[in-house]
Amino acid sequence: MAKRIEVSDLNIYYGNFLAVEGVNVSIEPRSITALIGPSGCGKSTFLRSLNRMHEVLPGARVEGKVVMDGQDLYAADVDPVNVRRQIGMVFQRPNPFPTMSIYDNVIAGNRLNNNKMKKSEADDLVEKSLRGANLWNEVKDRLDRPGSGLSGGQQQRLCIARAIAVEPDVLLMDEPCSALDPISTLAIEDLMTELKERFTIVIVTHNMQQAARVSESTGFFNLNGVGQPGRLIEFNPTEKIFSNPDEKATEDYISGRFG
Amino acid sequence: MSTDTRTALPTPTPDAGSLHGERRLSRAVLAGIYLAGVALGAALSALTGFSVTSTVVYGVVLGTLALYVACRAVEGRRKAADRLVTALVTTAFAIAMIPLVSLVYTVLDKGLARLDGDFFNQSMFRVVGEGGGAYHAILGTLIITALATVISVPIGLMTAIYLVEYATGRLKKAITFFVDVMTGIPSIVAGLFAFALFTLFFGNSVRLGVMGAVALSVLMIPVVVRSCEEVLKLVPNELREASYALGVPKWRTVVKVVLPTAVAGLGTGVTLAVARVVGETAPLLVTVGLITGTNLNPFDGRMATLPVFAFYQLTQPGTDTQAYLDRAWTAALLLIILVMALNVVARLISRFFAPKTGR
Amino acid sequence: MTTTTAPPGPPRPKRRAGDRVFAGTAKGSGIFILAVLAGVAVFLISEAVPALTAPSEDVAGGEGFGHYVWPLVVGTLLGAVLALVVATPLAVGIALYITYYAPRRIAAGMGYVIDLLAAIPSVVYGFWGVAVLAPTLVPFHEWAADNLGWIPLFAGPASTSGRTMLTVGVVLAVMILPIISAISREVFSQAPALHREAALALGATRWEMIKMAVLPYGRSGVIAGAMLGLGRALGETMAVAIVLSGGAGATLNLISSSNPSTIASNIALSFAEASGLEVNTLIATGLVLFVITLAVNMLARWIVNRRADFSGAN
Repeated sequence: MAKRIEVSDLNIYYGNFLAVEGVNVSIEPRSITALIGPSGCGKSTFLRSLNRMHEVLPGARVEGKVVMDGQDLYAADVDPVNVRRQIGMVFQRPNPFPTMSIYDNVIAGNRLNNNKMKKSEADDLVEKSLRGANLWNEVKDRLDRPGSGLSGGQQQRLCIARAIAVEPDVLLMDEPCSALDPISTLAIEDLMTELKERFTIVIVTHNMQQAARVSESTGFFNLNGVGQPGRLIEFNPTEKIFSNPDEKATEDYISGRFG
Repeated sequence: MSTDTRTALPTPTPDAGSLHGERRLSRAVLAGIYLAGVALGAALSALTGFSVTSTVVYGVVLGTLALYVACRAVEGRRKAADRLVTALVTTAFAIAMIPLVSLVYTVLDKGLARLDGDFFNQSMFRVVGEGGGAYHAILGTLIITALATVISVPIGLMTAIYLVEYATGRLKKAITFFVDVMTGIPSIVAGLFAFALFTLFFGNSVRLGVMGAVALSVLMIPVVVRSCEEVLKLVPNELREASYALGVPKWRTVVKVVLPTAVAGLGTGVTLAVARVVGETAPLLVTVGLITGTNLNPFDGRMATLPVFAFYQLTQPGTDTQAYLDRAWTAALLLIILVMALNVVARLISRFFAPKTGR
Repeated sequence: MTTTTAPPGPPRPKRRAGDRVFAGTAKGSGIFILAVLAGVAVFLISEAVPALTAPSEDVAGGEGFGHYVWPLVVGTLLGAVLALVVATPLAVGIALYITYYAPRRIAAGMGYVIDLLAAIPSVVYGFWGVAVLAPTLVPFHEWAADNLGWIPLFAGPASTSGRTMLTVGVVLAVMILPIISAISREVFSQAPALHREAALALGATRWEMIKMAVLPYGRSGVIAGAMLGLGRALGETMAVAIVLSGGAGATLNLISSSNPSTIASNIALSFAEASGLEVNTLIATGLVLFVITLAVNMLARWIVNRRADFSGAN
């Protein structure tokens, strides 16, 4: 299931504004890749370009290649909707659908696409996904209650369950813990380590300890100044980044010397 | 001291320089002074030939004046100006209440007389003088309004979806601007438009229920667009993104995520739009006309509608004038009840169908 | 360097059939609305042309369209402007009362009550105007004729029925009151809290605070609201048709029994019996009304939008 993503010479634009420039990186399957860097450096933009989510904004486009298992995601005949079915995403703020129950939220990906399922199949999928997100025991008695009634951490795990219920190959996480308390954060981090057995995970985080705790590889994004494009400064195994980075900028950022 | 701008009248707002020791009038004293002025006005009114109107006018003017003079003498010029404005804006609000109360009272007073079973069960077919009712007009109004809703809601809702979910650039600006402009089209002009449109195909003497529905749609569509647009804008973008990220195409996202989330607001907006047109008279006058019998087919000739019925009952009474006037006022009362009911329904929709968010 | 003009991007992303159909329908609806508005103009013009080009003696009144429409235009403007003059200060007062004076707990309810005025059908206003307001205002007509007769507006002789332009102006004022006050309320409540608190911190009284921080901020909003109200008053039909005993020539005399009719009410009252060129003439007057209200509304919207651009709202 998990797949490798090769990015080469990727430029990301908003209209005529070059937001991210010249990214070359290879994201390994069955591992967690963390992206760190200061605000506005383009790491979220880069993450959203991996499943073509940034295209939702008018005027956004890319140059270069993002190849997953030999298939260029930006080839002319590729439908972004199909890309997003293979590469799921979890957002900064938990965003369960307020009109749906917990149950319906989990199978939203199938229901919204009108995939017909037998009741038993749907039940199995819901249980499997909620178990996968470590949420089953907490909500199994109230699956018909609104998803927005859960706590923030539970909502975020519900969103993860929703994302993995469509069986993607890759899971992108955009600061998934920044709106959560420390205990919920820990629960999500544990979950990520379990999920990497099945998925390729890319996570954007502002929390360097988190990157150090969970990821195998880390990419550091930076920009030279306001209005300049963001660049991938360094991409290395996490251990190396945090102990002996190749670049001075990385070291400055890690040790808190930036600006 | 207080920075709350809304606290009751005699809040100590410090004059520059001193916090204490300034002279202030208590609320009771202020009220007393005002009432003294009112009493003086009433006396003046009684001297110059009593009437309710002059009593109220003199009373309010003199009461306000007395308040100002007293404050000016005791509290100084600035405080007095403040009190004067307070009295003036309160009076402005009170003045606006007069027509509302008077209108509702009058319509109830004159309209209740004929609010009986016959009014709902009988048409005016072969009725001259007493009796008869607005059965045909009530049904006509319901049919034409429903037809107008069926025309307006899809167009208005789709346009709102276009403006919020798709449109960019000049076309968006143009549509937004002209929808605003369209809200200002006089209702009679909308009627003339429908008339001109249909005469092109059916000749000059055509009168159809559907013409009225088209005219009402011209008035209703911009209202639907504006209210739906506002509501759709309130749907958090995060929900759209969540749906896209699950590999759901945009149109399914709109239909299955955005619209259900906004359904309460949409229902409220549409109901208020219906309330806005249900009492329209002028466009129906020139397109639908009026008949005394019951015609329920909007594609075949004149129909009766409640507002037009009311208008003609009042302005062209037959031999038994009072019977016609009674029916006119009852029709007016029914119109007000209809509009108010729609307003209440709109509020209930927004209360009961709002998504149960924890946030 | 950062804003390099990008080379032509990749071909537009492929779109699914469902998306194309849905987006197309939505866009079509938007364009349809523009078409309707254009259609209103085109159909009115096409039906008005016969009256505009007809020989003078064929048009009702026998002296050409211009002569026919002139008193109606005067009547329309007179009634609407009178309504505006009466309603605007009241509406501003109401808006201030609700936003800054009324106890907060009931302020929202009071706003709702004022909005109810807008919900009442215009034909009912006409009923009320002719049955209640007109007789009530008769003494004022007499008083004005006796004491203000030297002003052309009150030249008299006073109408004994009260069905005059003055009464119409008051009815229209009540009808546009909620429009002006709603928009005024909105802009007043948006006046920057920082400025308001700064004024209070300087020791200003509430009125001084409003004068310094609220009114300057809300001025363009009030103007726009007044313009929208004017647009509504210009096009108001039924209330005028019922209340006014019109049909006379152009005059500025507000209180006599011979008043000019208004465009809208004249159409409503004459349309049922009109035939042939008379219909075209009435539609042509409707076109004149359409142009007047369109101009007023576009001006109002322009003011509103300009203000929105400046305040950074929306």
